[in-house]
Amino acid sequence: MSPQTAPPSTAEVPTAQQRDHATTIYERSVPGRRAADLPAAGVPETPIEELIPKSLLRERPAELPEIAEPEIVRHYNRLSRRNFDLDTGMYPLGSCTMKHNPRLNERVAALPGHARLHPAQDPRRAQGALELMWNLQQSLAEICGLPHVSLQPSAGSHGELAGLLLTRAYHADRGEQRTKVLTPDTAHGTNPATVSMAGYEVVRVATSEQGGVDMDDLREKADDQVACLMLTNPNTLGLFDENIAEIAEILHSVGGTLYYDGANLNAIMGRSRPGDMGFDIVHVNLHKSFSQPHGGGGPGSGPIAVSDRIEPFLPKPQVVRTSEGNGSGPTFDLDYDRPKAIGRLRGFQGNFGVFVRSYAYILSLGGDGLQEASETSVLNANYLLSRLSEGRTGKYLPLGVDRRPMHEFVLSASKAKDDLGVKTLDIAKRILDFGFHPPTVYFPLLIEEALLMEPTETETRETLDDFADTLEAVLEEAESDPAIVTGAPYTTPVRRLDEAGAARDPVIRQPLG
Amino acid sequence: MTRYTSATNSDREEMLARIGVDSVDDLFSGIPEELRLGRPLDLPDGLSEAEVFDRLRQMSARNTDADSEVSFLGAGMYDHYVPAIVETIISRSEFLTPYTPYQPEVSQGGLQTMFEFQTAMSELTGLPVANAGLYEGPSTAAAAAYLAIGATGRKKLVATRGVHPHTREVLETYSAGYGSEVVEVDLEDGVTQAAALAEAVDDDTAAVFLQQPNFLGSVEDIEALTEVSKAHGALVVVACDPMALSILKPPGQCGADIAFGEGQPLGNRLDYGGPSFGFFGAAEEHLRRMPGRIAGQTTDVDGRRGFVLTLQTREQHIRREKATHNICTAQALNSLAGMIHLAWLGKRGFVELGELLVRRTAYARSKLAEVPGVSLVSDAPVVREFALSLDAPIGEVLDLCAAEGVAAGYRLDREYPEIENGLLVAITERRSVGDIDKLAELLGRAVSVGSEAPREKEAVS
Ligand SMILES: Cc1ncc(COP(=O)(O)O)c(C=O)c1O
Repeated sequence: MSPQTAPPSTAEVPTAQQRDHATTIYERSVPGRRAADLPAAGVPETPIEELIPKSLLRERPAELPEIAEPEIVRHYNRLSRRNFDLDTGMYPLGSCTMKHNPRLNERVAALPGHARLHPAQDPRRAQGALELMWNLQQSLAEICGLPHVSLQPSAGSHGELAGLLLTRAYHADRGEQRTKVLTPDTAHGTNPATVSMAGYEVVRVATSEQGGVDMDDLREKADDQVACLMLTNPNTLGLFDENIAEIAEILHSVGGTLYYDGANLNAIMGRSRPGDMGFDIVHVNLHKSFSQPHGGGGPGSGPIAVSDRIEPFLPKPQVVRTSEGNGSGPTFDLDYDRPKAIGRLRGFQGNFGVFVRSYAYILSLGGDGLQEASETSVLNANYLLSRLSEGRTGKYLPLGVDRRPMHEFVLSASKAKDDLGVKTLDIAKRILDFGFHPPTVYFPLLIEEALLMEPTETETRETLDDFADTLEAVLEEAESDPAIVTGAPYTTPVRRLDEAGAARDPVIRQPLG
Repeated sequence: MTRYTSATNSDREEMLARIGVDSVDDLFSGIPEELRLGRPLDLPDGLSEAEVFDRLRQMSARNTDADSEVSFLGAGMYDHYVPAIVETIISRSEFLTPYTPYQPEVSQGGLQTMFEFQTAMSELTGLPVANAGLYEGPSTAAAAAYLAIGATGRKKLVATRGVHPHTREVLETYSAGYGSEVVEVDLEDGVTQAAALAEAVDDDTAAVFLQQPNFLGSVEDIEALTEVSKAHGALVVVACDPMALSILKPPGQCGADIAFGEGQPLGNRLDYGGPSFGFFGAAEEHLRRMPGRIAGQTTDVDGRRGFVLTLQTREQHIRREKATHNICTAQALNSLAGMIHLAWLGKRGFVELGELLVRRTAYARSKLAEVPGVSLVSDAPVVREFALSLDAPIGEVLDLCAAEGVAAGYRLDREYPEIENGLLVAITERRSVGDIDKLAELLGRAVSVGSEAPREKEAVS
């Protein structure tokens, strides 16, 4: 990147957004203003205290803002501009699969038959919704290579919990009470956190030089107290563990289950299937591989696919299909009669609005398209890596584990830190000034100064080139004047924030009234 | 090439050349031969945007939604009017498409809306600290139980049968992992009796779960129930309908330790059950055990006000197996929708809506109670929902009403078999007096038809 296109490297002249002091909606409130106008009750205005005893009523109203519609819209529009978003630029957060969110999916989710359908509607009058859920289940079963699916979990971590409760129920059904769950040291934080919530003890399995599961360590730790091994493959280093069949064999030989964290499914759709690798339980993040927008932290959805031996324990209700056999086509229902089920994981049927979007995505791409999405995601990651292996990025940001990655890869900024005095965090902050979102930082924990990059299939080659040029430019700055990088960002709505101070003396709500 | 990817054949070739491999297959060579699928996925071919739209429009038309009938369905999810600005604002790319705000410098919009939302939830619940939201109502109860177990070192959970059946089922499910048991307390006359609750709570009790209004719609005396629950040092956790918190005494002022609820009534679509959000407020002493994301106020290096995710040492990415919950992706956009709806209602509109619900529901309750063969399950005060017992098989009554374009309510037979032909009727500002009168007329007709068929009635009871 030529110097004249480089963003400012000082904050001497604040930008317009930086001059715009953050004001909350409560601070915009003026007594007497309002947006809502409600219909008339149409019934006598009986004093409320005559209907509900005064002792059960509020003494003062909740302090909500008083503000008219135009100013609400302006407030949130202004706030929205203080966000970076995927529609504005590349968002290569590793492990998060920030692929394009098709707007068609928003449109079909908003159809009244979906958006306005009450979850307690009689199944006979929700046939379209149940069929959609059934079809989505069948599609995910085929993609995962496991025959049975529950759509109930609300996100990946919820699917993980479902998986371990299923594991627990499976062992209990065989009269066993196991105590440990194995997780590799490359695991996402949700894995060990889930293990604790499911009442198991975490046992860490080491990672080999090649970036896969350390087989000796696994053999040593796999015993008859092990309930499950949680893995993602490719793992969070972006590396496919080629020992997976043997890993599955080891786990199964001691009677444990094998759990697949589906965060990285986007690497392998149509190319390889967790079920065929020997996994018993898989969760799928519909908000990653299947294009549900992330919404700034949700909603998501974390369906699980399982093998035959786990199926009896799937949560209830389950969507079932029956054929009447009279030529009238299948009908769909919710089955609550599942005596071995682990129970419910949440209210009603799941994040249906997310199912609609992901089903639309699967219909749009078809089997070939999904495979192509995975292939292109792997192509893009490897292309970006090839660009970053040269020049200063190649010198200061080598691969954490030097093997060909799949859809994502981890660079380490250790050398940049030692030689140039710029850490991963500094590089990430300087990337912000160039108009990109940085990669995932400091994860996986195994790699020092990690930068985990996942470009996804929806980025163009030109964008990948720009991103590579940006990293090169940042390192060039770091070579000539590291203070530019360590002082970044300069152009964002706010600059580096005092996180330690925020945690020391938490202010987590507006004082009011 | 799909319509969501850009790589042309020539892009592909040049990129492969740059990588130094011959084909895309080479990039997948790390997958052992025997684990490659080796055939196309058995899924239909992709469709054009127009075809997908038409296909889904046709499927969705097979659902009877709340626009195509008069719906009295509730049970935790309600057909409120969501103002147009909610849709407009949450559809903006800047709110719709970012990830969780890991880089606060470019996420101030999301972080500040979390802060505003936390403030609103704190106001609604009457508790000093609130998080940025969890998945939805019932699973939020399980998060509260995890907190209570950690805080008290005890395992037993007590829940009244006034708590939503889904919530109690979720507590049961999670209890397998927590190693806890759930003890249920029966209702009497549709409300929780302090004496019965006192009997169930003991020194092993980690938390007592109440619901306001309870599942049958009755307003509980939370203060009295809290008092007996606290006698043994258990935490009191109150599930609440956020709309009812417009007028009811907030749980925080009744002595509750935690208040949570299903957020759907605030700004979220029915969506056949999700996505929505769960809200979670707590007493100050539980702040460092709270589940989920929390935004906090701070300043940047130049002294500007800003917001960050804070108290992250509670969370899975830092604390791993010692985290206070495993949640990562939550329901941020849905919480934002809730916040916008609340801002639109405003301080006065929120109360007015609550009062409207109370008055219209009072009308509906007395109107329906007058119908021969229809009786009230409880005389307790209600806000927006109430339970009836019918003198005719519930399934037939519902079918007759549905045939006339009315979803009469939520059937209680699976979850409350003790209520004969139980029906839970929910009122919102969208159900007019005319709608209510129509329901009364239909129930009258249905019950008289149904009760003339004694044979079928016996089969039900
Ligand atoms: C590897 C991995 N596992 C699990 C999760 C948790 O998924 P979710 O955020 O949907 O709960 C994530 C995502 O953030 C992840 O990257």
